[in-house]
Amino acid sequence: MSYSGFRVIKEALRGHTGWKPAWRNPEPQSSYDYIVIGAGGHGLATAYYLAKEYGKKRIAVLEKGWLGGGNVGRNTTIIRSNYMLDGNEPFYEFSMKKWEGLEQELNYNAMVSQRGILNLIHSDPQRDAFVRRGNAMMLNGADAELLSVEQIRARYPFLNFNDARFPIKGGLAQHRGGTVRHDAVAWGYARAADRLGVDIIQNCEVTGFRIENGVCKGVETSRGYIGGNKIASCVAGSSSRLMSKAGMRLPIESTVLQAFVTEGLKPVLPGVITFGAGHFYCSQSDKGGLVFGGDPDGYNTYAQRGNLPTVEDVCESGMALIPAIGRARMLRMWGGVMDMSMDGSPIIDKTDIDGLYFNGGWCYGGFKATPASGMCYAHLLATDTPHEYAKAYRFDRFRRGYVIDEKGMGAQPNLH
Amino acid sequence: MIINHPLLGPRDAQEFTYLGDASLIDRPDWQAEDAQQQFYEYTYLRENPAGEHRELWFHEAGDRSWLVVTRNTLTHEISNVEMASDVARARGRSK
Ligand SMILES: Cc1cc2nc3c(=O)[nH]c(=O)nc-3n(C[C@H](O)[C@H](O)[C@H](O)COP(=O)(O)OP(=O)(O)OC[C@H]3O[C@@H](n4cnc5c(N)ncnc54)[C@H](O)[C@@H]3O)c2cc1C
Repeated sequence: MSYSGFRVIKEALRGHTGWKPAWRNPEPQSSYDYIVIGAGGHGLATAYYLAKEYGKKRIAVLEKGWLGGGNVGRNTTIIRSNYMLDGNEPFYEFSMKKWEGLEQELNYNAMVSQRGILNLIHSDPQRDAFVRRGNAMMLNGADAELLSVEQIRARYPFLNFNDARFPIKGGLAQHRGGTVRHDAVAWGYARAADRLGVDIIQNCEVTGFRIENGVCKGVETSRGYIGGNKIASCVAGSSSRLMSKAGMRLPIESTVLQAFVTEGLKPVLPGVITFGAGHFYCSQSDKGGLVFGGDPDGYNTYAQRGNLPTVEDVCESGMALIPAIGRARMLRMWGGVMDMSMDGSPIIDKTDIDGLYFNGGWCYGGFKATPASGMCYAHLLATDTPHEYAKAYRFDRFRRGYVIDEKGMGAQPNLH
Repeated sequence: MIINHPLLGPRDAQEFTYLGDASLIDRPDWQAEDAQQQFYEYTYLRENPAGEHRELWFHEAGDRSWLVVTRNTLTHEISNVEMASDVARARGRSK
């Protein structure tokens, strides 16, 4: 069933009795050509593009819980392509372009809102660094603009401009950045993939791999064995846990990132802003809540909840930047387990085991990557060659010394 | 989280910074035949288990000692805390 204004009117006239479930709930078959593990944004997008762009059939997505219940349903919904390094920026700009046409392609309202993202500058060296980043963005076809204090004041008059320690000295804006309704991305891809015949199998946890003579033949699941020609891991924060079942150790640690939302307020924050002197970012949801976050908790964890010191730190940063935020009541907070890689950049690659593929290491920035990650992973699965925008995202970059470390932090995941 | 420091007693985890897996104590022999492979694995690959994890915490806002903390990554429960220097000495190292 296609969604349209016409359909809404038609359904209104007949008492909304004609709406159908957005996807099927099929029983698993005994084997598939492609098995994608994990029905988060990336797994669902991968299955969709495999069917849509590469014409593949007999595709399943296996999900241990319900689709969209992982990080895709927990993130702060920011999309941007303001990276600097060669391996990253073309990929993220590719993703941004795909966001721009996504809703029409999927026939689903994902509330893609290009309200702009602004990274604030608080010192002269920081300005130099941001000018360089802006230039790198423009060289890769993305948009970037350096804003003066006056320009920022006109849009965000309530920021703490004259803080003694961290005065605001300007900002780097990407006007095409913004937010997307995160759940709707999972639902939109799920529905579109389902319509192309992809079996999305929920409550089906992958518990092991059947590997014979270095070839992956299928997966053991909580609903029995399922054979597959190509098995694609796409489980974000659970990456190390899952791949250990294939005997692999990954360049990844799992860390929790918390997010927060206040009570609903009248429109106050038109775009996304980030603090440059501490780690704090904030946007206002369409329901009115201020959605914000900061540093990850910083130690290995698989508990989808964080600790109070981080809450304090994030709120302090928020108060430093937007003193008025102290008047808003915090409504909810939650955490998601992230796959932090050793250089802060992702991996989309084959493994040493034939037929077993890997997508992960997205850190706290994989939501914006969803369309591009799905495309690149589908390309790899369909053709066994890396997509042109994912050529740098190989496992062997660590061994060979070609890490993609945007912040120059070194091999310590909790610092990226 | 509260870390029970062997010398100072229970301290708030906020006083510490976190480095990672305690395997980082075991720096490979740079003269070994396969030193390159060993250093690659040492620097980049991690078990990252769901469950018990031995890890290095630095008491930055305290006595500046390194601790090996055994903690459950599913529950955050800490079952053992040792001085990293004791752990290294027990393996025949001088410090
Ligand atoms: C608090 C928070 C804020 C964030 N904010 C942003 C942001 O503003 N912008 C941005 O770009 N990114 C952000 N991120 C990062 C982003 O959410 C993730 O990088 C991205 O969602 C990961 O990809 P995914 O959607 O496929 O993961 P997930 O949605 O986590 O999908 C993985 C799926 O695999 C399933 N799974 C795991 N193990 C198994 C198994 N054994 N068998 C079957 N299924 C399994 C899980 O149940 C899950 O549904 C944020 C993350 C968090 C936690």
